[in-house]
Amino acid sequence: MLPWRGNIELERELADRNNREGMKGWLNPRRYGWERVSYWLQRLTGVGLLAYFVGHTYETSQITGGPALWEAFLELSQTPLGHMILIVVIGMCVYHSANGIRLIFAHGGKGLGKPGRPDYPYDAVSLNYRQKSGIWIALILAAVAMLYGASVLFGGE
Amino acid sequence: MTEQLIGKIETVEKKHEKEKHQKEKEYLRNSVSLKIYRANKHAGESPHYDRIEVPVQRWTTVLDALLYAKAYKDQSIGIRYSCRMASCGSCGMKINGIPRLACYTKVSELQGSEITVEPLANFPHIRDLVTDFSQFFAHHRNMEPYIQNEHPDVITGNNKLTEFMQSPEDVDKYLQFSYCIKCGLCYSACPTVATDTKFPGPQALSQAYRYFTDNRDTASNKRLNLVDDRHGIWRCHFAGSCSSVCPKGVDPALGIQLMRGHLLGFAKNEKKTAELKERLKKDD
Amino acid sequence: MTMLRESQIMKIHYITAVAALFVVAIHILMRIAFMPYGMSLEYGNVIANYQSIPYIILLESILVLVSIHGFNGLRVILLELRQSKKWEDGVTILSIAAMIALIAYGTRTIIIANGLGVG
Repeated sequence: MLPWRGNIELERELADRNNREGMKGWLNPRRYGWERVSYWLQRLTGVGLLAYFVGHTYETSQITGGPALWEAFLELSQTPLGHMILIVVIGMCVYHSANGIRLIFAHGGKGLGKPGRPDYPYDAVSLNYRQKSGIWIALILAAVAMLYGASVLFGGE
Repeated sequence: MTEQLIGKIETVEKKHEKEKHQKEKEYLRNSVSLKIYRANKHAGESPHYDRIEVPVQRWTTVLDALLYAKAYKDQSIGIRYSCRMASCGSCGMKINGIPRLACYTKVSELQGSEITVEPLANFPHIRDLVTDFSQFFAHHRNMEPYIQNEHPDVITGNNKLTEFMQSPEDVDKYLQFSYCIKCGLCYSACPTVATDTKFPGPQALSQAYRYFTDNRDTASNKRLNLVDDRHGIWRCHFAGSCSSVCPKGVDPALGIQLMRGHLLGFAKNEKKTAELKERLKKDD
Repeated sequence: MTMLRESQIMKIHYITAVAALFVVAIHILMRIAFMPYGMSLEYGNVIANYQSIPYIILLESILVLVSIHGFNGLRVILLELRQSKKWEDGVTILSIAAMIALIAYGTRTIIIANGLGVG
């Protein structure tokens, strides 16, 4: 429990939004390296997947309306645009999952190296290639999954 | 096979780091244009940028250039600085969009004929390049950044000096986090701090870990409870921006994830509490 | 307004993530492994799926795990945007309500579809 709870004056002071970057700050993935890009993508894919999940739950509920309603809905979703959206969803899902696994390990301090005695040029040991390569692997897996998804959806397999 | 793969990745990484530092580019020029953010709400001056041309040499830092501009072109520029050697953390500002120490950034390492200098983001703005650090220091104080030990004093029959025994391995666990100069660059770079006013920020959280892992401190559980909050350690998402801007190699992201590892149960608190030992004088 | 500590909530978030990964992978495999993708979406084949108890359990697991993980993630994002007691309590209540609503709606679909196949 953080100690400023209940201290109204301190809460007000801490709530000063003067000069904070706001949404612009966390929506900008540039400037700071791969980990910041992966954070930005993880957020966007998470929100995107949640929106898809809600839509998909509604879409699949059309089965309860009988064959006619189901076929009508399939005509709407089994179109080139529908397939493109699904391919993007596949990419988002694979990226979010693979990067998520990397983050579970990173958040537990695994794969980040050990503290030591910093020396010039003071490179951060946590921003190492071992966990950074997890981001690249997630991106590659997402691309491969999207290609496979496209071959299934458009290839008529 | 996994170990071999990890070994290969680490070898490539070491090679790239060496090459990167050997090949760091220098952009040599005789003069540079400083685009300085100017604003003074209290005096009714609205935000705008002033462009000032200053002469530079190979080792001129951004702080040198700003002080030249202040001395010879416009005495009203508001700047905060002190040690000029990356030790005090006073001269933090955004240089070309990235939080840096002005005294530690050479003009020759920045591309382009114009350098944009702005106040640190996420800190309340006072004037020109000067920002208010009270919130930042309040977050730090809230982490109780001091050794807490239930048995700090030992009453001995004689007046021999006592000290907490701490091996070099014990010191290595927290040493890099103790190098923090509270410059605020990490707080400015953090995407969570950009929107969450109650988030303590990378500096405070890494200091929480610094004291948590110090074996002279016995308040481990209290420190874990302090950060286990809706707006505490869990709002860090390892964007790594804090560690990428830190000028002292503190690597706050590492400290935060290691502390979170204890909360998640990935790591156990196995620190051996330091004991008070009498230092025996041989000539007694 | 907190029944669970934030560390407990986040442990649930990580566990639901890993579990959801497995169940969603099986769900996707079932669409492409047994018959062509297009054929698997025909009315008769979809209804037949809902007669299989393991498949129903799979779908229900996906509903529960993904709802919890997704809406908790949304809660985290919204909590970071504004900080006042009203907003935080509102976001928490709405997230839980949305979770329950989506699980209920999805479960309704499963129950009705299962009944349709029996007839």
